[in-house]
Amino acid sequence: MTEIRWHSRAGQGAVSGAKGLGDVVATTGKEVQAFALYGSAKRGAALRAYNRISDEQIFNHAKFMNPDYVLVIDPALAFTDNIEVNEKEETKYIITTHLSKEELITGIPALAGKEDRVYTVDCVQISLDTIGRSIPNAPMLGAFVKISGMFELDYFLENMGKALSKFPQKIIDGNMAAITRAYNEVK
Amino acid sequence: MAVKFDLNEREVWDGNYAASQALRQADVDVVVAYPITPSTPIVENYGSYVGNGYIDGEFVMVESEHAAMSGCIGASASGGRVSTATSSQGFALMAEVLYQASGMRLPIVLNVVNRALASPLNVRGDHADMYLGRDSGWIQLGAFNAQEAYDLALCAFKVAEDHAVRLPVMVHQDGFITSHTAQNVYPLTDEGAKAFVGEIVPVDDMLDFSRPVTYGAQTEEDWHFEHKAKQHKAIMDSRPVIDAVFAEFKELTGREYKRVESYNMEDADVAIVALGTTVETARVAAEELRAETGVKAGVVAIRCFRPFPYDEVREALKNTKCIAVTDRSSPGGAMGAFYNEVSAAMYTSQNRPLVTNFIYGLGGRDFSIEEAKRIYTEQQAHADAGHITTDIQQFSGLRGPKLGFFQTDRS
Repeated sequence: MTEIRWHSRAGQGAVSGAKGLGDVVATTGKEVQAFALYGSAKRGAALRAYNRISDEQIFNHAKFMNPDYVLVIDPALAFTDNIEVNEKEETKYIITTHLSKEELITGIPALAGKEDRVYTVDCVQISLDTIGRSIPNAPMLGAFVKISGMFELDYFLENMGKALSKFPQKIIDGNMAAITRAYNEVK
Repeated sequence: MAVKFDLNEREVWDGNYAASQALRQADVDVVVAYPITPSTPIVENYGSYVGNGYIDGEFVMVESEHAAMSGCIGASASGGRVSTATSSQGFALMAEVLYQASGMRLPIVLNVVNRALASPLNVRGDHADMYLGRDSGWIQLGAFNAQEAYDLALCAFKVAEDHAVRLPVMVHQDGFITSHTAQNVYPLTDEGAKAFVGEIVPVDDMLDFSRPVTYGAQTEEDWHFEHKAKQHKAIMDSRPVIDAVFAEFKELTGREYKRVESYNMEDADVAIVALGTTVETARVAAEELRAETGVKAGVVAIRCFRPFPYDEVREALKNTKCIAVTDRSSPGGAMGAFYNEVSAAMYTSQNRPLVTNFIYGLGGRDFSIEEAKRIYTEQQAHADAGHITTDIQQFSGLRGPKLGFFQTDRS
């Protein structure tokens, strides 16, 4: 079982990102869960979205998890939300930021000593450049594909394209470019 | 002629989307709705299927849930296949009309996405609305995940419209935990679903002008009692029809449903008895605990809340030493209603297990694998001691001081 927790603000696309990841994962024959804690949240409110991925049917419906991956798609939440809550010794962090990894960790005491499992990528800038709006979910998926090694990039792009097939071609192309660029830039 | 909807063999759907697809595939003629969180997407999606030509149906927007169920009654009495969805406050406002629907023996299918009742206002999942409907004369089926919300919605039409039943059916799913959680769902083909559900054959439909009928007549003490007794017998007699529909569904899909589901119960000493998604979380806990400590833990799950599966509950728990019955609804000054029903069934069995009551998960409070294991471990301690060593009713997952009521009288 692989468990993922997304930290986001309502409107940045974490719920769509979690569901999009679920769509692609399901094409590989695995079982998925994608859910979020939002309810009455308004645009801009901090929220968390979650994925579970398993080879077998997923029966656990609890919100509680010790995540394998923490994906932070809002730069400020890395500083203000408890992104390390319920972490494991091997939990990997992928954080969107314009800072260098060293600068980021200096500013977030909870990440001190975890340099080898903290990864950074500027999802906001990438989405502005490729999609034209600050929708950092798609680039985060590209970064996750790279760090997790769960898929080949081409396989992920092909199936993500299918999941987005109801959108105009321009939006699909923007998302594909965002995923590819984040895949190459995450470090 | 409806436009073909593209479906994959494997989809990633949440419970709401799954239920709305079942309404599309069942060719529902009329949905009368007043949307409410968290069930909104069910009727919203049906409306979009109508608007986009995917279904030849009618979507009627009304001013309240009271009107929604009233409209469903009119459409159903006219002979159509009718469905809607609601939750919580909407369900409460519908309550008066629910009794009208069952009393008129109308085969309406209501998708209930379970949510807490105010006050305090809360949009998240608990079973307060489901409990509010338990004496309403509706058949109540419970889904534990999105796949089941889809499967049971299809089964519900077949049960409701069976001429031996002719009763409305609720299909329950947990608010957010099922309704807004996307999981793998394996849908039937449109043709397969259509063939399974079949065409509705109306009884005493009001649009048959050659044979005028009256719905909603008045009876006083001369006939009211006989009508209600007949209605009660009808819901009791729906049990074999439900079993037959589940058997036919298994033939078609391989997915097996029973009115009571048992997991790891063959040799279980301790059991959690539950409804909804909690069933599946407890299953994981039981298996992990067996591997970790050897405690023989199992789960008994109620799929069919009404008619209450009295015999099957006794059979499932016949060798169990200690049982925790979990109620996800505030009992308001009593033991949990579900606890009382399971206890009553066990009181008339040869096995007289220890039975405790946990109130949990109100307003969407999380129920974790660890908490289920703690409950099992506590039940094992009762079984070892030969009596209940804690309060009989406890609150699980409550913050602040422990809250519990009543102790075993050992004088």
